[in-house]
Amino acid sequence: MANGDASVAAQFDDAEQQRTASNLGIWIFLATEILFFGVLFAAYAITRVRFPEAFAAGSRLTNLPLAGTNTAVLVTSSLTMALGVHAARRGARRALVGWLGLTVALGCAFLAIKAVEYRFDYLEHLVPSLDFRYAGPQADQVELFFYLYFFITGVHALHVLIGIGCLATIAVMASRNAFSAAYFTPVDVTGLYWHLVDVIWLFVFPILYLISRS
Amino acid sequence: MNSAAIASHENYLSSGWNWGSWLTTLDHKRIGILYTVTITLLFGIGGAAAAMIRLDLLTPHSQLVSIETYNKLFTMHGVIMVWFFLIPSIPATLGNFLVPMMVGARDLAFPRLNLASWYLFVGGGLFTIYALLAGGVDTGWTFYAPYSTTFSSSHVFAAATGVFIAGFSSILTGLNFVVTIHEMRAPGMTWFRLPLFIWSMYATSLILVLATPVLAMTLMLMAIERTFGIGVFDPALGGDPLLFQHLFWFYSHPAVYIMVVPAMGVASEIVTCFCRNPVFGYRFMAYAILAIAAFGFLVWGHHMFVSGQSAYAGTVFSLLTFLVSVPSAIKVFNWTATLYKGHVSFQAPMLYALGFVGLFTIGGLTGLFLASLGLDVQLHDTYFVVAHFHYVMVGGAVMAFFGGIHFWWPKITGRMYPEGWARFTAILTFIGFNLTFFPQFILGYLGMPRRYPEYPPEFQVWNVLSSAGASLLAFGYVLPLIYLLWSLRYGARAPANPWNAKGLEWETASPPPTENFHTTPVVTEEAYAYSRAESPHG
Repeated sequence: MANGDASVAAQFDDAEQQRTASNLGIWIFLATEILFFGVLFAAYAITRVRFPEAFAAGSRLTNLPLAGTNTAVLVTSSLTMALGVHAARRGARRALVGWLGLTVALGCAFLAIKAVEYRFDYLEHLVPSLDFRYAGPQADQVELFFYLYFFITGVHALHVLIGIGCLATIAVMASRNAFSAAYFTPVDVTGLYWHLVDVIWLFVFPILYLISRS
Repeated sequence: MNSAAIASHENYLSSGWNWGSWLTTLDHKRIGILYTVTITLLFGIGGAAAAMIRLDLLTPHSQLVSIETYNKLFTMHGVIMVWFFLIPSIPATLGNFLVPMMVGARDLAFPRLNLASWYLFVGGGLFTIYALLAGGVDTGWTFYAPYSTTFSSSHVFAAATGVFIAGFSSILTGLNFVVTIHEMRAPGMTWFRLPLFIWSMYATSLILVLATPVLAMTLMLMAIERTFGIGVFDPALGGDPLLFQHLFWFYSHPAVYIMVVPAMGVASEIVTCFCRNPVFGYRFMAYAILAIAAFGFLVWGHHMFVSGQSAYAGTVFSLLTFLVSVPSAIKVFNWTATLYKGHVSFQAPMLYALGFVGLFTIGGLTGLFLASLGLDVQLHDTYFVVAHFHYVMVGGAVMAFFGGIHFWWPKITGRMYPEGWARFTAILTFIGFNLTFFPQFILGYLGMPRRYPEYPPEFQVWNVLSSAGASLLAFGYVLPLIYLLWSLRYGARAPANPWNAKGLEWETASPPPTENFHTTPVVTEEAYAYSRAESPHG
């Protein structure tokens, strides 16, 4: 071991090197996430350009009140996350645990609302391949819209779920006094991931729910 | 302390030797060896498929295997060789071993991620082998829709899942390398003192990180479309098959550079060492590597000239493809200029490296034929394409991989390989390779399409030549396996720096201690400060 500090891993010279390495690592990871979702946005764009009316018709069938509420929930969770990172920077352990707990709760609320929304979609026979019924014109293309709707929101929800797991883990670590004003990199890094998941939703929401709502 | 403990110094190999110490190791050097063993096994499977293909093509009629089996053979050959050998070949083995040592670090930035990446790779490999054992896949390695999504009745889902999982191992390796190279360089190791191998790993890692997610999501879309019968690729469902091709090649063209850029890094290290000259135009070499990686992202459409993409798109992709040849040519010229007035010696690594330069040049130049819109209409989907990319990937990447394995073998194992056998094998591989693939240029020019098990009788002579070359090539790949394993026990003990080479990895013991360096090295000179007075013999 070249360093004496227990929170610094053996391969690093000091805490500063470890912190900058972790930060660069998470930013690169976020870049891969953007490319991951980029494929879905590209597939959406190409398909929508070909079938604009069907996408507008499909979009009108989505559940705007629930999705709008969910947007508010997720944006609020980003605020509580940012306040958590701020608390970590000050070394305020109880505030940190509190904000992280609230962020986890809001993340769970998002998933719960999403589940309710999926149930309504199912009851309205909007699930492609399994149970899809649509009386209007271009039914196949509307089904394609709902395929992308489920795919994109599903992959996003999976990211929320992973985020909740990470946040819960660091909340437990924080309650066991694992972090201090000098060392809170895991909080910082998880926060960046959580914000990215939020930002992606801010693109997903308008392209799926708000195409033609005037 | 007894005398045995003093006789051989403590090193990364001697610190614990049981299953647990290997399968839970966080040491980048051991993980590099885990990868080497894994990809060697997979190379064997991919190579066996190639051997069956070449055997079947000895005769104009497919006599050895059925047409369906033939389709599965070339698919498994492609899938395994691309994703389970070539992509990880140099980065995950030599890169894992060398990146921390070359920058003067104790390990990669994230050792646990590094181990996780190996487990993901093994998991992906197992899925793919399952697909093979369960009956195979027949879509070709490209998984083109709608064949993969709708019509093929083979094990597409399992194979795609394997590639998907292995993709995450690529991403984690790339991420680890970028962070390590940015953050963990030893004091005095500035960006422009980095060995060119590190520059090549850096460029490769950027491609791994930025391209692989696109493939992963595309395969996921394809697999879901196959499972649920609805999706964005099959035209019968309202999808667009060209979209699949765009997304696939957005990854798979840069993936070619994942294979060959590391090879360029290896060749740079070897050529400069065995001619005792500093690399000519070091900065241009570094910039050229980055330029190749950057341009590599903008040329994917040249795989789709005859797919129905617009003529304007085709023209632009053609122009951009020609532009990639500029940094590639800079590299070839600079390797050649490095040799000029050098004190050249022809040890086995040098023979492999020179073979790489020559074969890569042929592979690159024939790429320009294919980048020309009009000519590509004639040559597309013929053996000309097969020969072209094998010159780049096998003549280029695999030759350099073997060169690198020989060059760093003393460092990795602490043993010298048998030089005579190694030189013989390097020359045998070069001859076997050319005999295998040069006739395929001619076959392609004459119009023999790829992926067909049958051909008109007048093509037989070229196919027989090619198959004969393939058998030489097989010896070229089996021999190192034998004599390198032999050397582990019977090879002469290697000194710390058997080649009198420059670079931090040669300043520590062979094999290195677990923490690589007993004290953090301080770099005071430029890379490749070679002088002709010292011979590589040491």
